[in-house]
Amino acid sequence: MFNKILIANRGEIALRVIRTCKEMGIKTVAIYSKADAESLHVRFADEAVCIGPAASSESYLNIPRIMAAVEITNADAIHPGYGFLSENANFSEICRQSGVKFIGPSPEMIAKMGDKVTAKDTMIKAGVPVVPGSEGLLKDVKQGIKIANQIGYPVIIKATAGGGGKGMRIIYKDEEFEAAWDSARKEAKASFSNDGIYVEKYVEEPRHIEFQIVGDQYGNVCHLSERDCSIQRRHQKLVEESPSPFMTPELREKMGEAAVKAGKSINYEGVGTIEFLVDKYRNFYFMEMNTRIQVEHPVTEEVIDRDLIKEQIKVAAGIPISGQNYYPSLHAMECRINAEDVLNGFRPSPGKITSFHSPKGHGVRVDTHVYAGYTVPPFYDSMIAKLICKAQTREECIKKMQRALDEFIIEGIKTTVPFHKALMRDEAFKEGNFNTAFMNTFDMDNCKE
Amino acid sequence: MNFNEIQELIKLIGKSNLTEFKLKDKDFEVQIRTDKFVKNGVQTIVTAAPQMQVAAPQAAPAPMAATAPTKADGGTEAPAAAPQGKNLIEIKSPIVGTFYRSSGPDKPPFTKVGDQVKKGDVVCIIEAMKLFNEIESDATGTIVKVCVEDASPVEYDQVLFLVEA
Repeated sequence: MFNKILIANRGEIALRVIRTCKEMGIKTVAIYSKADAESLHVRFADEAVCIGPAASSESYLNIPRIMAAVEITNADAIHPGYGFLSENANFSEICRQSGVKFIGPSPEMIAKMGDKVTAKDTMIKAGVPVVPGSEGLLKDVKQGIKIANQIGYPVIIKATAGGGGKGMRIIYKDEEFEAAWDSARKEAKASFSNDGIYVEKYVEEPRHIEFQIVGDQYGNVCHLSERDCSIQRRHQKLVEESPSPFMTPELREKMGEAAVKAGKSINYEGVGTIEFLVDKYRNFYFMEMNTRIQVEHPVTEEVIDRDLIKEQIKVAAGIPISGQNYYPSLHAMECRINAEDVLNGFRPSPGKITSFHSPKGHGVRVDTHVYAGYTVPPFYDSMIAKLICKAQTREECIKKMQRALDEFIIEGIKTTVPFHKALMRDEAFKEGNFNTAFMNTFDMDNCKE
Repeated sequence: MNFNEIQELIKLIGKSNLTEFKLKDKDFEVQIRTDKFVKNGVQTIVTAAPQMQVAAPQAAPAPMAATAPTKADGGTEAPAAAPQGKNLIEIKSPIVGTFYRSSGPDKPPFTKVGDQVKKGDVVCIIEAMKLFNEIESDATGTIVKVCVEDASPVEYDQVLFLVEA
């Protein structure tokens, strides 16, 4: 087992990892930028090293500075958290060369899944259903139109190096193709320095249902069932839950099997998530794979009663998994609490938290790195807390979430608590009747208190 | 024990997990204590940590506010242990690594207390991943304090020297 883990991240996930390491008797090293000197993860770690100024490029994304911190603290493993360098194949490679265990997949696994076209290709070969589309990148508009007519409109063109909704355009007919192609390529070039585009069928109003998988160093892969993350705004998840209200035992078997196949096809090591789009007929299609621990991992932890960070560390230390799949025995839901002003277009609201009281009680979990007196810095993402509730049924889980949100006091900054309260009152949401287009028609006036 | 051996010993202890080491050899005795990165050099913070977990959510954890004078925070406070009241400039580390006062075990230190430095003079070396970076002074004046021990680890913005302009 590792002696000392350096956590190459910040905020709530850094704290999350530190907590599990403490339970496992593993020493911890926190790294931080000057802007994070007062952050909880710095306080809770055994050792802390300031590695740079506020800018991520000079701190949390700066590989030389991070490796220097590993060197002077003698850490034997690095946990990359999520975001930042967690899916950076180069970073995984540098760790390997430096003799420090990267708690996550190998550079080869990351590279295979990071490039959307290669990932899709790998899935096709593995027999995992994918959204029909071009095999590889599009050469030109003419080829694009040909394929679009073969698979049927509407189609979506996407940047192969893309993410966060950039470099994507939906096309409904031949006449729109050229303009969309030019615009998408320009955006992709600017955002990712790669204007490679591929096309696929646009699955209308799908649900986003993802499967958690775990793979060990011996070729075993298992799944931990699904999370429904359909409530999204601009491709950013707002709420996640498990089990999905749209799931059936049969569908879970089929999707679970596909997720395990996906993991085995690349000999995956670590925790990972296979994201699927599910249409109203319950056809499912591979969308992408995330080769890291995810923000919403607590939702799965609560319904299968396992510590996923612990499993992640165990797998990295060479401990085999049983290979057994896990199924939800309860219902859990997570609300992402962001420092954003929901009545003003979710505008970021950094600043000093003057008063902070998080909800507690039976079935309530709060993962956060903030406290009263803490200043939310403007340099990083806006998530300040995750509120996770669990109960016997979905209905009780929603009631518990309503009760917990009513108790959640955060003053000094604006947060998305009012939005979540409004969502928990929404009839369509309470019925489990929603897909990824839900936020397009959600009446934000409901958030006014 | 000669100087080289002591230097090697310091490096070895620095790399280990020991916080204190004592050695007695005939008429020679050495004691080495490291603070490493246990919360800005104040060792007691480690034991205070469990209490911190209970207190933290409601109030800004008070013990941290009273930590070691060497905490770099933009260089506006004069550290308590240093000469008072003068126009003191802090030379801070621009990188993470191991601080060395000279370019080799048998070489003289780049600078010591009382020396005059001008902007651009090399004052120390910080080694990171086998690369030796010469650190230049961004101040002109007299070195009044060397804030870090030879062969110890330093973090970004850690105060290395105090210069009186």
